[in-house]
Amino acid sequence: MEKPDKGPAPVLALRGVSKSFGAVRALHDVSLELRSGEIHALAGENGAGKSTLIKTLAGVHRPDEGQLLLAGDPVVFHGPADARNAGIAVIYQEPTLFPDLSIAENIFMGRQPRRSAGRIDRKAVHRATAALMSRLGVALDPQRPARGLSIADQQIVEIAKALSFDARVLIMDEPTAALTGGETARLFAVVRTLRAEGAAVLFISHRLEEIFGLCSHVTTLRDGRHVASEPLDGLTEDDLVRRMVGRDLDDLYPKAAAEPGATVLSVRRLTREGVFRDVSFDVRRGEIVALAGLVGAGRSEVAQAVFGVDRADAGEVRVDGRVLPAGSPTAAMDAGLALVPEDRRLRGLVMEMSIERNIGLTGLRSVRRRGLVSRALEHGRAADWAVKLQLKYNRLADPVSVLSGGNQQKVVLAKWLATDPAVLIVDEPTRGIDVGTKAEVHRLLSALAADGLAVLMVSSDLPEVLRMADRILVMHEGRLTAEIPRERATEETVMAAATGRTAEKEPTP
Amino acid sequence: MTSTLHRPTPDPTPPAPAEEGRSARSLVDAVFRAREIAIGGALALLILGTWLANPGFLDDQGVKDLLLNSSILVLLAVGQSVVVMTRNIDLSVGSVVGLTAFACGHFVAGTDHSALTVVLLGIALGTVCGLVSGALVSFGRVPALVVTLGMLYIIQGIDHAWAHGEQINAANVPDGVLSLGSGSVLGVPYLPLISAAVLAATGYFLRTYRSGRELYAIGSSPDAARLAGIPVRRRILAAYAFSGAVAGFAGALWLARFGTVVADAANGWELTVVSAVVVGGVAITGGTGSVWGAALGALLLTTIGSALVVLKVDSFWQQAITGVLLLAAITTDRVVQVRTTSALRKRSRR
Repeated sequence: MEKPDKGPAPVLALRGVSKSFGAVRALHDVSLELRSGEIHALAGENGAGKSTLIKTLAGVHRPDEGQLLLAGDPVVFHGPADARNAGIAVIYQEPTLFPDLSIAENIFMGRQPRRSAGRIDRKAVHRATAALMSRLGVALDPQRPARGLSIADQQIVEIAKALSFDARVLIMDEPTAALTGGETARLFAVVRTLRAEGAAVLFISHRLEEIFGLCSHVTTLRDGRHVASEPLDGLTEDDLVRRMVGRDLDDLYPKAAAEPGATVLSVRRLTREGVFRDVSFDVRRGEIVALAGLVGAGRSEVAQAVFGVDRADAGEVRVDGRVLPAGSPTAAMDAGLALVPEDRRLRGLVMEMSIERNIGLTGLRSVRRRGLVSRALEHGRAADWAVKLQLKYNRLADPVSVLSGGNQQKVVLAKWLATDPAVLIVDEPTRGIDVGTKAEVHRLLSALAADGLAVLMVSSDLPEVLRMADRILVMHEGRLTAEIPRERATEETVMAAATGRTAEKEPTP
Repeated sequence: MTSTLHRPTPDPTPPAPAEEGRSARSLVDAVFRAREIAIGGALALLILGTWLANPGFLDDQGVKDLLLNSSILVLLAVGQSVVVMTRNIDLSVGSVVGLTAFACGHFVAGTDHSALTVVLLGIALGTVCGLVSGALVSFGRVPALVVTLGMLYIIQGIDHAWAHGEQINAANVPDGVLSLGSGSVLGVPYLPLISAAVLAATGYFLRTYRSGRELYAIGSSPDAARLAGIPVRRRILAAYAFSGAVAGFAGALWLARFGTVVADAANGWELTVVSAVVVGGVAITGGTGSVWGAALGALLLTTIGSALVVLKVDSFWQQAITGVLLLAAITTDRVVQVRTTSALRKRSRR
């Protein structure tokens, strides 16, 4: 990766870096060059080593082999503080803020301007924060605590933090995963401003259109190995995907139009005060119904209320014509509902527990022998599903935390499919999952629907919604604003309804 | 997971942030002040009620007793809250007080050492205890509850083995030391003045120094603290050293105040201290609260004890009331947190 005659030395570079965790080789001979005034994309499937690479740049991990070069000189970071002092700022997908402290304190923690005798100069802190906020063009009050900030605003705080110590390198780890269209646009504008000011940016995203829209160069990783570093000019999306997965992916969204059967899930006037109101819809056998809308529109909350995790204040949920008691996930499961939650780490899985035990959790009754859980039955059931879903694992007794994001999601799916549900509710089924596994998940959902399963899919991924769903329900600020059949669904119609600009038509009563 | 999507993308002239912000800040301020005001109010009502029932409660001696009785608890609460703020706990403080009180007594018995020497000895001994706990928690990465519970029993064991059933008698303690516990300036006893000074200094430090703010940061989110480059383990170690030092100081004052010390002095105080801190609004999960609130909590618990005596109520009620207050405090914390979070979300949505 020598490019000696390309202007000044890169601000930050990796040369031949390898890193292993035990027997797992996370990075193998990877090189990367970040230059001032350039937005560089880092592409690769989940498990390709992107996170390890970022953490190496951030000083969290130290490479086993190879070098880190700062403006051409080799450096060794002993911790995040070293990287920060070298002008490297990392904005993680889930920002890590201090919820109890003010935005100003979050930005300047440990670096507060001081007056005599080492005392913090509060006024200077607030003035500097206000200046940063106006430079970023956002209206956030410096004294407001970080608790309750949206993910987008939390990222803005992180970026302000980076600006506050004049970061020369800004690393953004999937910053847009949880953002809406508007928030993403705001973020991009901020990033472009930073680039114009001479920052070097490393941008990670699963969304190809974002990579192409924002970046000028791309480095691709596959299985911890360096595949290519090149300008994006002249590259097509297909080229990039091929580099990432090492094969063509022509059918990312293989959903066939379905013949819907009888109504199995029927939701009427479901309301949860302050969250969503008057939500009514039906889902029939064999169809995939998407629940679209912007983050915060109340979609996940509806899904949770249907399943009984949250108690609805009014309205009813019927499965096969029978009313479900409110607020009882157990009853929902008995009636044939299954919910694959949005946050698989927090809600979908017990991270420290083994694959087989996680899959077994939903069916403790079915793997019982003489009143005790039988390890053998549990193992058999898990093995069965692991094969069906093509789970990539070492041993079923391994903790799920060692699996990649996509495979973790398959475990969650297996766990719920093992209950043989009539209705499967999936919340953001492919968030943070690499392209390859994403296609597998889509194929799986499609096949399940073809077998007569009713699928309710909450998703923020617009292409996924458009191509997977037979019908799209759009929510805006807690209300259903539109129901759009597959034929008429376009990005424009869905976004219009999601942003509340038009109501395509009243939802079915 | 709310959104600010209605905000147009980069606005060259941002709307005055003060508008949205001021209300958000005053909301949060109000919440925290509310806690201190509520405790202050409860305290005032309690004192007023007891005084009406028995005017002797607030005569010169009554007030003096109240201040004297509360000062050691206030001191310990200040030390404890610094630890609790970092999302840790120090259950060994009661036994540290017992050990240092006995050690100081043993050291001065029959000599004419000055009060200052005794105090320094107490602080040194307490600091050592705190450093041991702190090292195990921060560098040994053992959960604080286990470490300090272990320390509680170890220190208590050492204390008992050493005392061997004997006790320190006031007659053997030099007058210079005893006068620290009984003397006063302008009618105010030394002890509460000392506690107030420690309280004010700690409060000021936590508010105005980087390392003070970092303690809040660590308690608010240990992961974020690490990423922000805060020396988390050193700060936690320092918090324990401080708590130990304060407990040692309190041990020396205990000797000065009572003169007579048995091996299990301050036995069981750790739970009272933790209760005071939590009632005073320092969240047991760290990151919030102030030493001022903790001190008010300590004052409230002491006053309840004294009031019950004055009102001739059976003393076991004191424990029940403490328990109720504790649960009420934790419940309020939780409810307030949920409410403010959703209120703040709504504000940022607007």
